[in-house]
Amino acid sequence: MPEPKEDITPDVFDHLVQLAALELDGSQADYLRQELNKQLASIRELEAIKLDENLPAASHGVPYPPNHKPALREDEWETCPEAKAITAQAPQFEDGYIIVPDIPHTTLE
Amino acid sequence: MELCDLSALDISKMLRSRQTSALEVVDSCLARISKVDGRPGTLDSSPETQEDTRKVHAFISLMPDEARARARDIDKQFAAGEEPGPLGGIPFTVKDIFCVKDTPSTAASRILANFVSPYTATPVERMLKAGGISLGKVNLDEFTYGSSSESSAFQPSPRNPWDTSRVPGGSSGGSAASVGAGEAFLSLGTDTAGSIRQPAAFCGVVGLKPTYGRVSRYGLIAFGSSLDCPGPVARSAADAALMMNAIAGADTHDATAAAVPVPDYLAGLDKDIKGMRIGLSPDYFRITFPDAQSGDYLEQEVPDEIKATVLRAVEVYRALGAEIIEDVPMPNTRYGIPAYFVISRVEAASNLHRFDGVKYGYRTKSQANELKDLYRRSRGEGFGLQPKLRILMGMYVSAAQYSEQYYRRALRVRTLIRRDFESAFDPNGKYRLDALLTPTTPTTAFPMKGIYGDSVLMQYADQLTVPANHSGSPGISFPGGFDSAGLPIGLQLLGPDFSEAALLQLTHAYEKATAEADWREKRPAVLEEV
Repeated sequence: MPEPKEDITPDVFDHLVQLAALELDGSQADYLRQELNKQLASIRELEAIKLDENLPAASHGVPYPPNHKPALREDEWETCPEAKAITAQAPQFEDGYIIVPDIPHTTLE
Repeated sequence: MELCDLSALDISKMLRSRQTSALEVVDSCLARISKVDGRPGTLDSSPETQEDTRKVHAFISLMPDEARARARDIDKQFAAGEEPGPLGGIPFTVKDIFCVKDTPSTAASRILANFVSPYTATPVERMLKAGGISLGKVNLDEFTYGSSSESSAFQPSPRNPWDTSRVPGGSSGGSAASVGAGEAFLSLGTDTAGSIRQPAAFCGVVGLKPTYGRVSRYGLIAFGSSLDCPGPVARSAADAALMMNAIAGADTHDATAAAVPVPDYLAGLDKDIKGMRIGLSPDYFRITFPDAQSGDYLEQEVPDEIKATVLRAVEVYRALGAEIIEDVPMPNTRYGIPAYFVISRVEAASNLHRFDGVKYGYRTKSQANELKDLYRRSRGEGFGLQPKLRILMGMYVSAAQYSEQYYRRALRVRTLIRRDFESAFDPNGKYRLDALLTPTTPTTAFPMKGIYGDSVLMQYADQLTVPANHSGSPGISFPGGFDSAGLPIGLQLLGPDFSEAALLQLTHAYEKATAEADWREKRPAVLEEV
């Protein structure tokens, strides 16, 4: 039996892992790459569907006519009463600042 | 039969006539939990024991003291002649994907294990305001990513109360298991591809996925923001209606919560269903799935037992005066899973970028030299395999060079799926259905560890439920009987937008018509020793 086509090669996979900001061990990487390729094989079924060129995309199923849309709130700032409860969740928080390691300087291309 | 085995509506009546107290009701639930639930799910738990395999393990965080204290408050209100609300004194559980103020809100993930929410999700807030009593948070697939609840970082994961060697379904497995085992009367779940309806089917309870926008998503830790729907898990249509009365409606905190008037879901339950049009579609009696070895697509009829259960329900509805419309085409049903593989992953990847080890949640204990290291290590250690899989797939199919081929195309296929529903339910169309009757799932509950790890096969468990998520349409799953292994079989009714009242009405009619059926006598296996 021929080996199934693998669009997500080890190089493509490594690039994705970098973009996704994930550190993986070897066994995780093997499993994830294999499953990604299996899922991609399923996704390819979409390519076989003939779509009318005028068929629009649906960002969600249920239409939102104007009378279904909730009225927007007034654009006025409000004090957040839970600010301390929110900052208290930060893993490292000192003197009103969330602390992180160095952020190296990068030059945008 | 104990208090915890009655319906929420019966308990409500008993509380109001002072035949029992909220404290007695809570204690009955806690006693049931103590007997059947076993140890709650925890991070880094000790290996599973034989004893564990006989328990339900619905909970992550059980809050008995808080529940009892609230029950005493509710009892004081009743004693003072005050009305605590339509859910007054009714214990419920909350899928741990909802934020509840001052409680751990974990999403069943290590990355949020230490997160204590500073606010409460709108549907939970509304249940509490209606007098409900939260017993705590129940387990699920990590970030809701799964159909068996096994991917939770909090182990042991939930088991099916009808047969603890089987999964309860997912991702709202803890919700369905807790209600099915009599640990709670109601549970708040979420449904992104079938995550309320599939576990409801597996655990022999009622699960309603409302129309997208019918129930606010504020405070729900997001998976697929265009697909997620909070909704009730209950033991009857009437109890689900009682809960819908509390949670449905617009919300200033959620711009997608529709400003559509909320009917009284209980008021219409007993209306005659004579003349209602119920459809059957051949596209919901077969499943299409990729062969694991060859990758070829195989088509298979749903098992005979499941098909026969649906056809028996057809006869029940026909006898009640409903019109049965056969051969309703829903030709794009088979594309629900492939489209879901794309759309949900893109949305999941976007939603999961916020978890970075900086603002809240898990941060790596190892020394990170710079910020990107901190991100990589925190996310690498904090996320389990299923979130990682979704992030990576979401990034791949939405990448600039593939977006048109995959993401954009999936969104257009979604339009086709939506059109299937519009055609079936168009009041001026050929079929003019009030509801489409289908099996909820292509199988009954599968064995624990049976397919866990095979992310493709696991996803195909949702093939008959996911189209309604793409379409945004409401759907309900309710018990229709049992298979030869004694496992519950779920029936599903799908309806037009905002037709929850009709779906509940039809479900209630079926429940009444089959109330004396032998299979209604059957009790979950975990209760046999109770």
